[in-house]
Amino acid sequence: MNAPDRIRLRLYVAGPSPRSARTIDHVRRLCEGALAEACDLEIVDLYQQPGLAAEDGVVAAPTLLRLSPLPVRRVAGDLTDARRVLATLGLDAGGASPPQAAQQQQQQGTGGGDVA
Amino acid sequence: MNEPQAQPDAPPALPKAATGIEGFDAVTFGGLPAGRPSLVCGSAGCGKTLFATTFLVNGATRYGEPGVFMSFEERAEDLVANVASLGYDLDGLIAKGKIAIDHVRVERSEIEETGDYDLEGLFIRLGFAVDSIGAKRIVLDTIETLFSGFSDEAVLRAELRRLFGWIKDRGLTAIITGERGTGQLTRQGLEEYVSDCVVLLDNRVEDQITTRRLRVVKYRGSPHGTNEYPFLIDAEGISVLPVTSADLDYPVSEGVLPTGIDGLDAMLGAGGFYRGSGILVSGESGTGKTMVCASIVDAACARGERCLAFVFEESGEQIARNARSIGVDLARHVEAGLLRYEAARPSLYGLEMHLARMQRDIDRFAPDLVVVDPLSALRGPDAELQATVLRMADLLKGRGITALFTSLREDGGLGRDGDIGLSSLMDAWIKLLNVEANGERSRTLYVIKARGMSHSNQVREFMMSGSGLSLVDAYVGPAGVLTGTARAVQEAEEAAQDLRRRQENRRRQREAERRRRSLDRQIEELRADLEAVAEEEAILLDEDERREAALLSERRVLAVRRGGER
Repeated sequence: MNAPDRIRLRLYVAGPSPRSARTIDHVRRLCEGALAEACDLEIVDLYQQPGLAAEDGVVAAPTLLRLSPLPVRRVAGDLTDARRVLATLGLDAGGASPPQAAQQQQQQGTGGGDVA
Repeated sequence: MNEPQAQPDAPPALPKAATGIEGFDAVTFGGLPAGRPSLVCGSAGCGKTLFATTFLVNGATRYGEPGVFMSFEERAEDLVANVASLGYDLDGLIAKGKIAIDHVRVERSEIEETGDYDLEGLFIRLGFAVDSIGAKRIVLDTIETLFSGFSDEAVLRAELRRLFGWIKDRGLTAIITGERGTGQLTRQGLEEYVSDCVVLLDNRVEDQITTRRLRVVKYRGSPHGTNEYPFLIDAEGISVLPVTSADLDYPVSEGVLPTGIDGLDAMLGAGGFYRGSGILVSGESGTGKTMVCASIVDAACARGERCLAFVFEESGEQIARNARSIGVDLARHVEAGLLRYEAARPSLYGLEMHLARMQRDIDRFAPDLVVVDPLSALRGPDAELQATVLRMADLLKGRGITALFTSLREDGGLGRDGDIGLSSLMDAWIKLLNVEANGERSRTLYVIKARGMSHSNQVREFMMSGSGLSLVDAYVGPAGVLTGTARAVQEAEEAAQDLRRRQENRRRQREAERRRRSLDRQIEELRADLEAVAEEEAILLDEDERREAALLSERRVLAVRRGGER
């Protein structure tokens, strides 16, 4: 698997607060569980890299970004609802890895065309 | 009019940050409260963003206070492009580290919310931008957009309160813009959080004419002008125009402004108009108002004075061309920078706006003479019109500028019904009247009034020719006042009569001479006769004497003979 196919997540938190810790905990659990291999997670402290936050258009803290595959998706909040987080990130296909999901979609698309 | 008076020097004066927006700093006695957030609100398109940008740019360029523009609506590139039309080089200022722009994109469809969050990201970005350039000013335009991006209003309100607290703590002078809402100043009730200074911008349409107005709704801890002031946005930027009150305490001038029209100067006791006075030139169309103005302007510019002309019916170039036909070259004054024409259709702005524009132009150009041609082109409700003209006259007098107004209304009135006395506001009034008689029209000129000086009360015929304007004494005689050809005919007639009279006189003189000479001759003859008679008389007398002597001697001889013979 080459890099673009991997899921790149970036989590912005604001300093070492209980909420930050809780959020990091939640996102780690997501990555380890459902997406174990296909996921790169980066955790950014807003205070440390405010310039990066501006580039990514982060307003709320904490915010989780799915940088790839595009388009960028973002989730604000401490990610308490894991199911909703996965749905937003487009990763809710019951543990299916995203490249497969994309292939499936493509196949469906072409197949539909054939039928028509 | 209830205008702000100069603030008495109260010791604990609120520190203020000048906006550099012409007029606004005057209305607020110094600008926005320094180190505090101010709210600028108004409906769409009324100039909030421009106001805020001007505040930042002026801060960076004039007051050495760098600023951060946090835009929630426009992208940085759009913002830069939008204000470039005002001559603001945001890119340059960004490169120099005087201004930072941060575009905060908030799109509800892109943001999913799960669980607990706050807007620390925004705070950190703002803090980062502020620290990166050492900003003293910030603009949040329009922060209400956050309400469309996040659903948890309670969190947002709490965060906003925290944000404004943070701004105060950091001592930043901030402008928060807000969209006008129904029943309150802003949609989300931002005025609840920003309570130090609230400025309301308004863009009102009356009679299909738009007027931008600004009002300082509240300004905690400071006096401020409470009226609605018109403001302008054009290529010169944004300017608020607090039109000064109509006080009658301006200094008067003894100086005289010659008109450059010989006959007219001679009609005025002082040899011209007083400087700083208001002069009305009234007359129907085609009576030569504009050319009278052109002549006066030409004379003033030739003396090196600066003239500013507001023209409502012709372009400056057209006037210059037309003036050439009377031998007046205005184009050279325009090129020399002494004369400027500001041409605009009366319907382009509302009255307030016209006045405001004039005030700004006058303050920038600093003219000695201002021409408004024609004043009667301004249209509006009568009451407003009168107030406008009054303030316009006051504006000019207060600055000691001579003003030349023209009016199409022959009676010197203004407005549709003519109830507005324009003439009484003016110090001098020249009336141009076309007299129609014997199948021709001729131009006549009266000086109806000229305050403070004696002036001719006679009508003059006023001629336009290739060599300029000139005044000719109109014929005033038993046949009435005659002008034009009738005057010429009458004058010829009088000349002929005069000639006849003189010839008759000479003839009679000659006759008297003749008679005198004939009498002289007669006297001469008589005298000769007299002499002849006298001579005759003398001869006769002589003969008598001799005869008597002879007789006597004869007698003696006889006596001797008789006595001797005896």
